[in-house]
Amino acid sequence: MLHLLQQPLKAAMPTRRSFLKISAGTVGGLVLAMNLPRATASAAEGEFIQPFVHIRPDNTVVVLSKHFDMGQGTASGLCSLVADELDASWEQVTVEFAPSNPQVYANSLFGVQGTGGSTAMANSFLQYRQAGAAAKAMIVAAAAKKWSVPAREITVSGGVVSHGADKSATLGELAGLAANEAVPAEPTLKTPDQWVYIGKSFPRLDVKNKTVGAPRTYTMDFQRDDLLVAVVARSPRFGGKVKSFDAAESKKVPGVVNVLQIPNGVAVIATSTWPAIKGRSLLEIEWDDAEAETRSSDAMIAELKDMTTRPGVKVREDGDVDAALEASARVIEAEYDFPFLAHGAMEPLDIAMMFDGETAEFWFASQIPTIDHNVAATVLGIPFEKVKINTLWAGGSFGRRAQADAHPVVEITTLAKAMQAAGMAPAPVKIVWTREDDMAGGYYRPMSAHRLRVGLDEQGNVTAFKYNIAAKSIVKGTPFEAMLMKDGVDHNMTEGAHDTTYAFPLMNMDQSFQDTKVPVLWWRSVGHTHTAYVMETMIDRLAKEASKDPVAYRLEMIKDDPRKVGVLKLAAEKAGWDTPLPEGRHRGVAVHKSFGSYVAEVAEISFREDGTVKVEKVTAAVDCGTPINPDNIRAQVEGGIGYGLGAILRNQVTLVDGVVEETNFDTYEPIRMSDMPEIEVHIVPSNEAPTGIGEPGTPPIGPAVANAIAAAKGEWATSLPLAKAGLV
Amino acid sequence: MSVTLKINGETRTLDADPESPLLWALRDELGMTGTKFGCGIASCGACTVHLDGVPIRSCQTFVGDLEGAEITTIEGIDGKAAAAVQAAWNELDVPQCGYCQSGQIMAATALLAETPKPTDEDIDAAMDGNVCRCATYARIRKAIHLASDKMEA
Repeated sequence: MLHLLQQPLKAAMPTRRSFLKISAGTVGGLVLAMNLPRATASAAEGEFIQPFVHIRPDNTVVVLSKHFDMGQGTASGLCSLVADELDASWEQVTVEFAPSNPQVYANSLFGVQGTGGSTAMANSFLQYRQAGAAAKAMIVAAAAKKWSVPAREITVSGGVVSHGADKSATLGELAGLAANEAVPAEPTLKTPDQWVYIGKSFPRLDVKNKTVGAPRTYTMDFQRDDLLVAVVARSPRFGGKVKSFDAAESKKVPGVVNVLQIPNGVAVIATSTWPAIKGRSLLEIEWDDAEAETRSSDAMIAELKDMTTRPGVKVREDGDVDAALEASARVIEAEYDFPFLAHGAMEPLDIAMMFDGETAEFWFASQIPTIDHNVAATVLGIPFEKVKINTLWAGGSFGRRAQADAHPVVEITTLAKAMQAAGMAPAPVKIVWTREDDMAGGYYRPMSAHRLRVGLDEQGNVTAFKYNIAAKSIVKGTPFEAMLMKDGVDHNMTEGAHDTTYAFPLMNMDQSFQDTKVPVLWWRSVGHTHTAYVMETMIDRLAKEASKDPVAYRLEMIKDDPRKVGVLKLAAEKAGWDTPLPEGRHRGVAVHKSFGSYVAEVAEISFREDGTVKVEKVTAAVDCGTPINPDNIRAQVEGGIGYGLGAILRNQVTLVDGVVEETNFDTYEPIRMSDMPEIEVHIVPSNEAPTGIGEPGTPPIGPAVANAIAAAKGEWATSLPLAKAGLV
Repeated sequence: MSVTLKINGETRTLDADPESPLLWALRDELGMTGTKFGCGIASCGACTVHLDGVPIRSCQTFVGDLEGAEITTIEGIDGKAAAAVQAAWNELDVPQCGYCQSGQIMAATALLAETPKPTDEDIDAAMDGNVCRCATYARIRKAIHLASDKMEA
């Protein structure tokens, strides 16, 4: 939230406009001041160093991942692209996270260094293959010189460079020589039939460490002998401020070294985590709620619903929808509402840094390093190049670490300045969010209301589709507004609806923006989390109105969208859509495109004796272009289904007088082993460019389950989660 | 207060607040960070360790109660069940973000040590306390069955 930023940035930043400019990474001056990785010269004797790949004399191939990895498997995916073109053996490949440097490591779809929108493989597919191919060309050129043979006679396979039967060397043995070769501008890439890793399932590189509890993996694990740990008491109401506080009892806790007010609350600083937590529990704070959100979520939902009754910003306007509705034989009306959702990543938020007054070094899972980097430099009042970010593995994110306002960086840098002002000696400090801090701390999937009016002719064909949506915008008022909003329209909110390929003769869509201090954020699949549910349950209802089978009706309505047709047909076939169901079982289907990928899911459900729903099986079909690692695609779709299913069944964050009710996993009950359906994932073979897979599995599961429930009961749930209707 | 206990077979003396959860003593005092902080209220299982062979939540187990106890953490598990579980986890690429997996592996190892051929219902019962927000549950289930087969082989 920018309102949190105003205070700490006031001294350094004269206007908000200039902050936005810096945060958006558009200021060449700061960025250019960074040192680029050296082009060809090697830092260590015998080492090959390029921006995306290092080859060490010990024969290790290090791939520098410009994307962080929150579990989606990107780090291993990028390694496979390099290893394939380089013809390295998988066993010699390791991954390191790249430094923050937007000139070299920008996401080409964002213009800044950052991970999100399921873009990691899509924007890297050519770049990382080129890096591997260039490295191979340089290795081959070096071998040719060393052996005095023609380069074209040299082969590389499994990390071994050979000429005939008598000359061979490892990549590592040739690394130092290769470093002196010219970097080819346009290295020759393999054709798909030559790929050795791409398209085949290969094991992820991070699994071993994650099965032995390896140290130094996550931010939470960051340790140093002189490390201080802080926990922060933040306002229980969003937008509240500290009026006064008494830290006398906190300071008595052995291990607590100081208690300091920062713009975002009161920080208890200790020599380790437990005293900081205990110390905070003894703080007495009076909060000033004058500018805080004090409403309850019921009132906020009512406001959203009311907003959908009036015209808003035009997102799509095909024509005079009201006249067309007036002229229709029948009009179907529906109203939906969706709650705030917490991301609930297993690793609560955390960040560590060291500031010595002149330079700052960070250790955390930075999802958008360019913003984090710029905000750190700005708050600390030091040059960009005096800030170093070490990116660590993230224990989940689901969007939570994609902080448009870099709020953890703001918090820890303002804490570092407060420590400096209090005369404390420079020391590394880590801020730990407890689960309660994380869950009650906002940055939710926005709550939203949706109002639909769909006109039908005598035969049940759609004549007009009117869709009004209201929610708080995720991007409005953030550094991403300039990039993601056009003509005042926030497409993040309406994606998956305004751009539907269902053949409606006339569709209009309006959006309205709620104003609240509750911070909102991208949540796995963003706008699709609600639009897929609305569109796919409405389509099911329309199929019923037209007395048609849900799959057959969809196929008629998407006949100009062949890839969507492809996944729908595949999922239906694999699920046995046309075969009879066992007694007590019901099926529902949904198909949705998000982040360039197409996913269809068929959910098979039953009801327990108490009337609650059990999702027995989900059959998914996915088309994400060229499949890079089929096993990881299956894993992401399995996980995406589980993540979406948990939310749709029983998750919501509610406010009472502005205070969050669900603050831990006892009340925000996550999906568990016994809830998990059997899942089958089928991948459509494709030569199209690869598209996202971290998110697209999530949107269809909610409507597929809701449609299965409707198949049994005749009614579609329109107020989520399903637990509200007694179905869970 | 000073408490002497065995951790991964070694006798250790903890000089810590008796109210401190074992979790934080392991992580901050002993530098054993494989055991994770997830919820602090025994609702997620990320902090699972074995106390005398039984899986417990270290975030709700207090240092003051542990005099003479034998604790095993992810850093110290060994034996047939643990080896089979870790091998199966690697074979099926179970982890995604991986943050919960230490706890999952501790719970699965305890299950297999007690019940070498678990049914799906046994797995639900033993593993329902261990949350995975990446929802790797389908693979965890498969991996437990695979580990069971490995133990038999």
